[in-house]
Amino acid sequence: MSASLGSTAPLAAPLRDPAARGRLGALVAAIVVLWPLLVLAEFRPAALFETGHLQVMADFLRGFLPPSTAPDFLPLLAKATLETLAIATAGIALAFLVAAPLAVLACRALAVSRIGPGPGRRRSAALRAGTRALLTGLRAIPEVVWALIFVRALGLGPGAGVLALAVTYGGMLGKVYTEILESGDTRSARALLEASGRLGALFYALVPSTAQELASYTVYRWECAVRASVVMGFVGAGGLGQLMDQSMKMLNGGEASTILLTFLLLVVLADAASAVIRRVLA
Amino acid sequence: MSLSLDGAGLVHPNGHRALHHVSLSLASGARAAVVGPSGAGKTTLIRVLGTALRPTGGRVDVLGVDPWQVGTGALRALRARIGVVHQNPPIPPRLRVVTAVLAGRLGTWPTWKALASLLLPGDAAGAREALARLDLGDRVFDRCDRLSGGQLQRVGIARVLYQRPDLILADEPVSALDPTLADEAVGALVAASEANGATLIASLHAVDLALKWFPRLIGMKGGEVVFDRPTAAVTTAMLHELYATEGRTLPVQGVEAQASERGPNVLVLRRPGCQ
Repeated sequence: MSASLGSTAPLAAPLRDPAARGRLGALVAAIVVLWPLLVLAEFRPAALFETGHLQVMADFLRGFLPPSTAPDFLPLLAKATLETLAIATAGIALAFLVAAPLAVLACRALAVSRIGPGPGRRRSAALRAGTRALLTGLRAIPEVVWALIFVRALGLGPGAGVLALAVTYGGMLGKVYTEILESGDTRSARALLEASGRLGALFYALVPSTAQELASYTVYRWECAVRASVVMGFVGAGGLGQLMDQSMKMLNGGEASTILLTFLLLVVLADAASAVIRRVLA
Repeated sequence: MSLSLDGAGLVHPNGHRALHHVSLSLASGARAAVVGPSGAGKTTLIRVLGTALRPTGGRVDVLGVDPWQVGTGALRALRARIGVVHQNPPIPPRLRVVTAVLAGRLGTWPTWKALASLLLPGDAAGAREALARLDLGDRVFDRCDRLSGGQLQRVGIARVLYQRPDLILADEPVSALDPTLADEAVGALVAASEANGATLIASLHAVDLALKWFPRLIGMKGGEVVFDRPTAAVTTAMLHELYATEGRTLPVQGVEAQASERGPNVLVLRRPGCQ
């Protein structure tokens, strides 16, 4: 704004980066905080390589080989895989339905009342804070705990897993959607927010500018849901997890490793799907 | 009265005073250009008039409404009647040109139409018609990231042409265009204002464009209005004083700037008719 382009500091003065001190401080602080945490967590990676420990781990892993391809096991595996896919997909779909409207409510970049600032901005800020708190509450309790609760209500089976995913992952998706939307092209969103309101800014500015990230995070969460369904299977919520639980209890390592290989395959598939979707949206 | 500011001031939270006691008024359908050096407060003025910034002092009246005294519904309805051309077109690069232009009417379209238009453009012919007025009729279905900066700026103008607002605010709308296209684009804005009876205020960097197309000139400097008078009554000396360019050239478009460098007092004031 000042018209005096010529009145800068003399060039001879040594140039000191004003940000340098703060960065050094942050680095020191990070080390000071992290070191005691590592000690507290009993982080001693060298222990892995002591002879006795390696032997124990090797023995444990040897029980998993070779992967089982028993003809009576494979149909069970196929059914459980389908069930897991169904749990993860239905769970993510429900979680999306929970997350999308909450993310729109919580997103600062979509707050019309912040223009000006205009009427109703206190109420709107309170609503955003409340929505964020709700999202935090939804994701604070691990899905396995929800699964335990829902198994009590709905009985053993995939239904409990789907509901558990919808709750926890709804909270996670909602939080990250909010942040992705806020990191989008806020200038174009602001222009449409001024001209037309919230939905226009969402669908004609923020979503087009963040579609890749939104899709990629959703697919990643679907992948996580596939994995989460194992843990939930342990508490009776169906799918590959329940099958794995049974195999482990019968000390059938071969079956367990086949199940793990199936997981690997599913994750590879999710990765490929994500890559395709990103290319389509690019 | 279509538009008025009465002693409007704006002090940013960091203490910077962007507008100081600005009073002006425009009748419905009037056209005025805002000129002044960089940092004069032109953009802030446009944003205050566009109800994007709330003045920290004074009164503002836009299209007969005080935007900061009415409720959210009335404010929203008012904003749908204002079209703003931004200097940097606020258009996501992944959007198609047709969608970017159709976004002009989001304020009046029902939600279902806005959503359906994302799948199948609701009014591609209308978008092409607006683009054609800016020589971009053949780029309707291109993606915006395939356009040059000047083309994108024209898409931003086409959005407002398509919107057909009652008040057109243009903030350096042709800064990325070559002189011929800039002339055409300002002409298209003026034509839109004439056709719809819309009020038009444009801040312009090139003084010659302002002189050519606008019957009234508002000179700003340091957040204040220095002069506000019919274009015919603006002298070269006033402009030189505004830009503090005594004996040097005024900011005009490329070609004229070169030509005017030769003479002593130098700007060729082109005033064709009563445009």
